[in-house]
Amino acid sequence: MQARVTVTLKTGILDPQGKAIEGALASLGFSGVGSVRQGKVFDIALEETDPARAKAQLDAMCEKLLANTVIESYRVELV
Amino acid sequence: MKSAVIVFPGSNRDRDMQYALTRITGDAPQMIWHAEPTLPPLDLIVLPGGFSYGDYLRTGAIAARSPVMRAVADAAAKGVPVLGVCNGFQILCEAGLLPGILMRNASLRFICRDVHLRVETADSPFTRAYAKGDVFRTPVAHGEGNYTADAETLARLNGEDRVAFRYVTAAGEATAEANANGSVENIAGILSDRRNVLGLMPHPENMIEPAHGNTGGRRLFESLTHTLVAA
Repeated sequence: MQARVTVTLKTGILDPQGKAIEGALASLGFSGVGSVRQGKVFDIALEETDPARAKAQLDAMCEKLLANTVIESYRVELV
Repeated sequence: MKSAVIVFPGSNRDRDMQYALTRITGDAPQMIWHAEPTLPPLDLIVLPGGFSYGDYLRTGAIAARSPVMRAVADAAAKGVPVLGVCNGFQILCEAGLLPGILMRNASLRFICRDVHLRVETADSPFTRAYAKGDVFRTPVAHGEGNYTADAETLARLNGEDRVAFRYVTAAGEATAEANANGSVENIAGILSDRRNVLGLMPHPENMIEPAHGNTGGRRLFESLTHTLVAA
């Protein structure tokens, strides 16, 4: 089973890298960009075939390692 | 004094720490590889600076899950002093031994220069040779030292007198200009709830003898020596 985990900074957490990218987009002439938030994507291949159990495993991975929940939130998708 | 410096792949201030501990405590620390699942009885554990695992995922994130960290957490729970400097501070936060997290410097730049620190509490094994309010100069060298925690955690840190150091001017004022990396409330170092775990971004081990230009970091190690001899 294939999964995609997306980790992003929580709302309200300052994202200086996102801000820098926002500035670079503006300097390239892309107008109308409200804001940019940078995050991380993990593509994970699992042996598990049961979607519920796979989801539980992925949530545990996020809580223990993939995200630091002090500042980041995560989203798990089975693909 | 039986101390140990934990060495991770990518640690690079481990030998500076070894030198400082040897010079000030009189005993050379054991250098312990991160893959060790157990630790001998120790009076002090140090997580040194560096770029463990190349800062992959998040600074300190992979090191915090390495085998030795379970033993470090067990020792900390028994009251053994644990000191984390720079990457060591990042590892302690990622391991959950200290609250909050170190984010990218607000300036987005790697900072390598001297800063001034104000001692906010002398009530810890690491700071008792200082007086509250003492200001000393010490170097920083990091890209991710911007300390952040939620409001509840900050209130607890302040309320329980657990902020050990703040970035200040030479005159001892916690101004925005003195805040090297954008840390919330100029926080440079914090203590655990039992006060036996200290994490700080600056490098006191690099300010211990006149050749360093200043000896302001020396008293941190002297604090530990006195504490442990007394205990």
